[in-house]
Amino acid sequence: MLLTATDVTKTYFGKPALRGFSYELDRGKIIGLLGPNGSGKSTLLKAIAGLIPVDSGKILVDGQKVGVRTKNQVAYLPEIDPFYQSHRVIDVLNFYKSCFKDFDTQRAEALLEELALERNQVIRSFSKGMRVRLKLVLTLSRRAPLLLLDEPLSGIDPLSRDTIIKAIAREFDPANQSIILSTHEVFESEGLFDEVVLLEKGQIKWQGHMESLRESSSLKRLLEEVYL
Amino acid sequence: MVNLEFNPERPIYLQIIDEIKKRIVRGDLKPGEKLPSQRELAAIMSVNPNTVQRAYRELEDTKIAETLRGQGTFVSSTISIKELQKDLAERALGEFLTEMSELGLSHSEIKELLEKALEKGVE
Repeated sequence: MLLTATDVTKTYFGKPALRGFSYELDRGKIIGLLGPNGSGKSTLLKAIAGLIPVDSGKILVDGQKVGVRTKNQVAYLPEIDPFYQSHRVIDVLNFYKSCFKDFDTQRAEALLEELALERNQVIRSFSKGMRVRLKLVLTLSRRAPLLLLDEPLSGIDPLSRDTIIKAIAREFDPANQSIILSTHEVFESEGLFDEVVLLEKGQIKWQGHMESLRESSSLKRLLEEVYL
Repeated sequence: MVNLEFNPERPIYLQIIDEIKKRIVRGDLKPGEKLPSQRELAAIMSVNPNTVQRAYRELEDTKIAETLRGQGTFVSSTISIKELQKDLAERALGEFLTEMSELGLSHSEIKELLEKALEKGVE
């Protein structure tokens, strides 16, 4: 198993964010992580990335307990922007290269082109869509087996959204990788997912295979129930 | 291939198969012609590469396409376009009939409507 979470609990100042969350994921899948605001999506991704400690329960990445060593296995795209305003794209790439041993500069250059960004552009001039595109370049340039993408599709222009979805579809490597992508924009990205996991109040409310849902004609109903 | 609007009530891999069959029947894709790579098609259609793989596998199993090692997937050179056309027509007909009976129309009423529509000419 690439990811095993067992009975994970996390509380922020007395408010539960994850309540006995258990889940298993193998390589080769793109998972849509759905759920309303405050359902625990971001907390879950941060916990898997090793950015926040959990109160109880266990998270294993490729059989290892989440910690310093599992950070090589996980590439995390945060919802917030980690950039300095005065940096150029190339400065950001160099910074990441110094942080991550597995950062592939050649791949990053190719991805810049695919995501319509240029090396000398300054972050200050970037739209939200461009910032997310740059974050995706950074995340995909590491050949990590587990990619965690926190809301890469929310609040950006339709063209950026389309570019991002296509880049994920093209770059995903099913033989070696899995991706967990949290989103609100499920109607536009649902073609990407093998499975969806619906979180509610820190627990899995529902999960299933997208193609089987379509087969049984229950996808539309489910999505409408969740989002309308 | 351009973006498809997917029907949420039918598995996407089947919709990809339908689209490729349609293109073959219309002559947009010729027997022996190379199909886009799975990765390319996944990106073009904004879908999971696993879904495209499943569609291609099914096209191979039904002898509509063939994969040559290291070269890619091609429209089968021995394909019968007539047969493919019949397949697609039967599916469209099936959907049409289901919808008509859901509207509560009898067979003779459907026939009558269809004849009238055909007389008027297809748009």
